[in-house]
Amino acid sequence: MEDVVNAVVLVTNFLVVPATAYGCQLALGALGVTLVYGVLRFSNFAQGETMSFGAMVTILFTWLLQSWGVGLGPLPTALLALPVGMGVTAGLCLLTDRWVFRFYRRTKAQPVIFLVVSVGLMFVMNGFIRFVIGPADRVFTDGTRFLLTVREFKAFTGLSEGLAIKTTQTLSLVVAVVLVVLLFWFLEKTRTGKSMRAYSDNEDLALLSGVSPEKVVAVTWLIVGALAAVAGTLYGLDKSYKPFTFLSLLLPIFAAAIVGGLGNPLGAIVGGFVVAFSEVFLTYPYRKFLAYLGPEGWRPDGLVQFLSTDYKFAISFFILVVVLLVKPTGVFSGKSS
Amino acid sequence: MSFLVGEDLTGGYGGPDILQGCAIAAERREITVVVGPNGAGKSTAMRALFGMLKLRSGKVRLDGEDITALAPQARARKGMGFVPQTDNVFRSMTVQENLEMGAFVRDDDISDTLEEVYGLFPALKDKRRQPAGELSGGQRQQVAIGRALMNRPRVLMLDEPSAGVSPIVSHELFERILDIARGGVAILIVEQNARQALELADKGYVLVQGRNRFTGTGAALLGNPEVRKSFLGG
Repeated sequence: MEDVVNAVVLVTNFLVVPATAYGCQLALGALGVTLVYGVLRFSNFAQGETMSFGAMVTILFTWLLQSWGVGLGPLPTALLALPVGMGVTAGLCLLTDRWVFRFYRRTKAQPVIFLVVSVGLMFVMNGFIRFVIGPADRVFTDGTRFLLTVREFKAFTGLSEGLAIKTTQTLSLVVAVVLVVLLFWFLEKTRTGKSMRAYSDNEDLALLSGVSPEKVVAVTWLIVGALAAVAGTLYGLDKSYKPFTFLSLLLPIFAAAIVGGLGNPLGAIVGGFVVAFSEVFLTYPYRKFLAYLGPEGWRPDGLVQFLSTDYKFAISFFILVVVLLVKPTGVFSGKSS
Repeated sequence: MSFLVGEDLTGGYGGPDILQGCAIAAERREITVVVGPNGAGKSTAMRALFGMLKLRSGKVRLDGEDITALAPQARARKGMGFVPQTDNVFRSMTVQENLEMGAFVRDDDISDTLEEVYGLFPALKDKRRQPAGELSGGQRQQVAIGRALMNRPRVLMLDEPSAGVSPIVSHELFERILDIARGGVAILIVEQNARQALELADKGYVLVQGRNRFTGTGAALLGNPEVRKSFLGG
């Protein structure tokens, strides 16, 4: 019996907890993609760099706060700097819309033109970010590292397997839940939120009803920018911040948005968790887990790992291809992609 | 002078002119019907009245005021309602949210108007929490008309309200449209289903190739042998 409990703790510690935190970060990123797709009707490839930019601003402000000796005690100082990152990133999104996307909206460009434009924007932002903060790996988390340490857990339960929960993992979950609840409240209950949904659903009819397209677009960018900054910061806090990683993060983010159905916010959240759990569960070596469950003294010969962690992005890619082949509108039937 | 007047409407969607100087007028408390063969420019004329295409010449007047230069949104604020033929509801939003969107430009309390619309279409009240995309064709038309009514329009324009619904349902729909007209709204309908529409029309226009061909009361047009032969199938 104790072996079974140990196996469950093992899986929780190495799979469920990290995948949940990662899922929250992906879900927030995918929400940005799906909102832009729903309202502006293109796939925004600059989303990854927008997250990176938000994290960068937050880090710079965190350093400033740390130099002043301001902190949050057990919580990371970055949490205090996060609102600044959200604001600046939202502002940046409004500026890029005014400088770049608005022109193509006025000329009624095809969605594919928007997509290519967003790729261009992605490269410009990528260069700008590396110019400002440099390409190096940054660890900017401070405060208490663990909410629950392996040693505390073992002492408390007397099990041989330990369970650790990092502060940043808990933070990812709490912040994501709060933001998602706020976002859905905004979309479902407020006048502006409803006009956003109406515009996303049927642009012509929304215009007939007197909805101002420029206002809807501006509000969308504000939300997307703020969410991207949070997603980037949480990812950076949980792992570390490195500008290059955000390019490869695009794949799981798009996979998440497409799994749930582009344009569908609820789908983006579910998609984020589907992708995160698939990535983590399929790259974990189950040797020790099976040893606990098998007969006494037995252990598998190999690692019992489906895929090497080097291939984790292949999983996103595989999910993406399968969804596009089987149900291109996604599980929650968004707009066709 | 009529309440809504379109004079000498000339224009199209950038290509050749679809409208070639047609004139349409609608009165409050009356139903005006525009009929004609396919491609006669009926829907285009209605879009022109709502400001959805650029006119090369011609004027649109609402209650004596020249509104030719106004954008559709501004016309909606002036009390014009438009129900497109297709895609006329927000599919992913509930019936009630659809109606609320119809009142988007209003700042006052909309609950009375909401009750009025539910009074007119009782079926919608039971389904108010259901997404409009899940409703039947007839109920979807009711949502579409209800959405336009939420802005308390003085003119209501309907593009083929009977398209895609059964004769019984469209008969019921026309009854409700009569009720709306009695409430003081000027109604303008474009119809393919000419006979049914002309039967309840106070005034009818027959458009052919972007021009007025016949004008008269609904009964007169129905009684006109030439109109019957050419447009009503004998």
